[in-house]
Amino acid sequence: MFGWIGKVLRIDLSSGTIKTEDLKKDDLRNYIGARGLGTKIFTDEVDAKVEPLSVENKIIYMTGPVTGTAASSGGRFNVVTKGPLNGTIAASNSGGSFGPELKFAGYDGIIIEGKSAKPVYISINNDEVEIRDASEIWGKDVVQTTDMIKAETDDEAKVSCIGPAGENLVKFACIMNEYNRAAGRSGVGAVMGFKNLKGIAVRGSGGIKVADPDGFMQAIVDARSKLKAHPVTGQGLAAYGTNVLVNILNAHGGLPVKNFSEAAIFPNAEKISGEYQAEKYLVRNKGCFGCPIGCGRVTKISKGKYKGFGEGPEYEATWVFGANLNIDDFEAVSKANFLCNELGMDPITLGGTISCAVEMYEKHLIPEDDVETQLRWGDTDMLVEMTRKTAYREGFGDKLAEGSYRLAESYGHPEFSMTVKKQELPAYDPRGQQGIGLEYATSNRGGCHVRGYMTSPEVLGIPVVVDPDATEGKPELLKIFQDLTGLCDSAGICLFTTFAIGLPEISEQVRTATGLKLTDEEFLLAGERIWNLERLFNLNAGFSKDDDILPPRLVEVPMADGPHKGRVTELDKMLPHYYEIRGWDENGVPTGEKKSELGIS
Amino acid sequence: MILTVKLFANLRQGRFKVRDMDFSEGTTVQQVMEYLSISKKEMAIGIIFINGKRANFDSVLEDNDTLAIFPPVAGG
Repeated sequence: MFGWIGKVLRIDLSSGTIKTEDLKKDDLRNYIGARGLGTKIFTDEVDAKVEPLSVENKIIYMTGPVTGTAASSGGRFNVVTKGPLNGTIAASNSGGSFGPELKFAGYDGIIIEGKSAKPVYISINNDEVEIRDASEIWGKDVVQTTDMIKAETDDEAKVSCIGPAGENLVKFACIMNEYNRAAGRSGVGAVMGFKNLKGIAVRGSGGIKVADPDGFMQAIVDARSKLKAHPVTGQGLAAYGTNVLVNILNAHGGLPVKNFSEAAIFPNAEKISGEYQAEKYLVRNKGCFGCPIGCGRVTKISKGKYKGFGEGPEYEATWVFGANLNIDDFEAVSKANFLCNELGMDPITLGGTISCAVEMYEKHLIPEDDVETQLRWGDTDMLVEMTRKTAYREGFGDKLAEGSYRLAESYGHPEFSMTVKKQELPAYDPRGQQGIGLEYATSNRGGCHVRGYMTSPEVLGIPVVVDPDATEGKPELLKIFQDLTGLCDSAGICLFTTFAIGLPEISEQVRTATGLKLTDEEFLLAGERIWNLERLFNLNAGFSKDDDILPPRLVEVPMADGPHKGRVTELDKMLPHYYEIRGWDENGVPTGEKKSELGIS
Repeated sequence: MILTVKLFANLRQGRFKVRDMDFSEGTTVQQVMEYLSISKKEMAIGIIFINGKRANFDSVLEDNDTLAIFPPVAGG
């Protein structure tokens, strides 16, 4: 087989059995790999109504057909499960080199079932696969865990693991890969913790064959040349990282402030910006496997009470610990981010949850007696302390560990939770960007910006400039972005490449690697098929059009000031048309005709 | 007329972060860029905001406007 290895591991933690299985050729053709293929296998095997933290839920690690090859930024894999934060299909995407190493070991993926009676980790060294005792490792943070597993297996092993947050079933625990890369959202780490699975180490020495070596070489040279030539992927992301967005979104008037409760302009944005980070704290940039972009940040805080060293913070973490908490101290923001990496938590949901708690506390909706410390805007020590307490579920951290929706609902005011389908929104106020409002409302995993990144055209002007305040044309544009992202994620290619390349370059790399005789349009159709499969899973899980909504604040309360003053998100103007062009009925359900066009049931 | 000009990312190198500048009435974005030695090529897909609203090289500035110029950068 070319591109794909054609084989997966199936590991049952309840019985301790380990098997290998061949992948079905039809599934590869229709669902490509990674997010798509993982979701196809998951939805075939697991009831949509499964309780996320139960023995019956499964975790599927899945790579794409170009993962581990010389494709442009082809180092990615997905972790697919039913997410405990909100019960939607979770496909959390990670870079690094765990995915490539898994393929070098001879597997496209791992299907993990059941639940171990005691803490274990999985050791994979080519065809030697073992379930090993992890009693001594349980309780350790991500750095210690990774070091200990490497010491017990192979110093060159790539380690994927959970930290204390995953063990303590924090609803937004991550799976951390090679210390600092994360399958970050939806709480996939809690599923691993529930299964008593502390980590996976993989070491492989095999290779990946491609169907058309000359054609593949041509395709990757073409894609890589475009990445190098494009100012964003060739220079900008390496120099300033994703944090360069802080000043852009602030100038645009869309950087949410204090839990989206004020005008989306943060007066001290400069002090948490990518420019400031590069000038004061950046050690160097860093790339994942085979990536010429190198957007990663290696950051050092040399002195003071927030002294530390690690990776990030990226834009989302900087915003959520910064502007969204009214904090302009980059050192405190970095500390909270480093702790998230070490303890294994999603910064977006953590910061969104703390912001929600602060707003409710200040409005006297959370009684003072319920919290051991005051919750105030701009309190950096509170941020760092609550980050740690959440991972260990200590004190009020136990409530924060449930995410903002459950927190706000427990006090009778779910409207203060800035979530869609109970997952916290990222760093773009949709009152300043109509398209991203529609994106949030329709994302198959709830509040999320990387399921069709509408900020690219609406704010950055890539690949086309569109009016951020317009609703017209947004459903059509979003559908293309969502489908293309589905393809990109399933191929194993990083979404950031799409600032410089698009459908033709992604398709050609997959085509020449695998030998799949599909046109560009058919590849895009695979992205649409994946989107619809995810939608159908969520509908079967009990979600409906009533969940394709935004927090009331964003559709009812006009933006207070700035370039988008007076605007609300006009979701009602976009959603019905979105359903229509998706080939869904008025309830947002894919029609029989659409399902038959896509070949899904 | 007085404009507040804000520069970002590598456009700051050898220039400034933010400065109030005096230009004559009817000045366009391109004229400000020329004054600051920012080439059109360098800014081919850059981002230009006047008071937070997207503008282009030919946009005419008015008194008290804030002009923000970003080179081609992005994130996510």
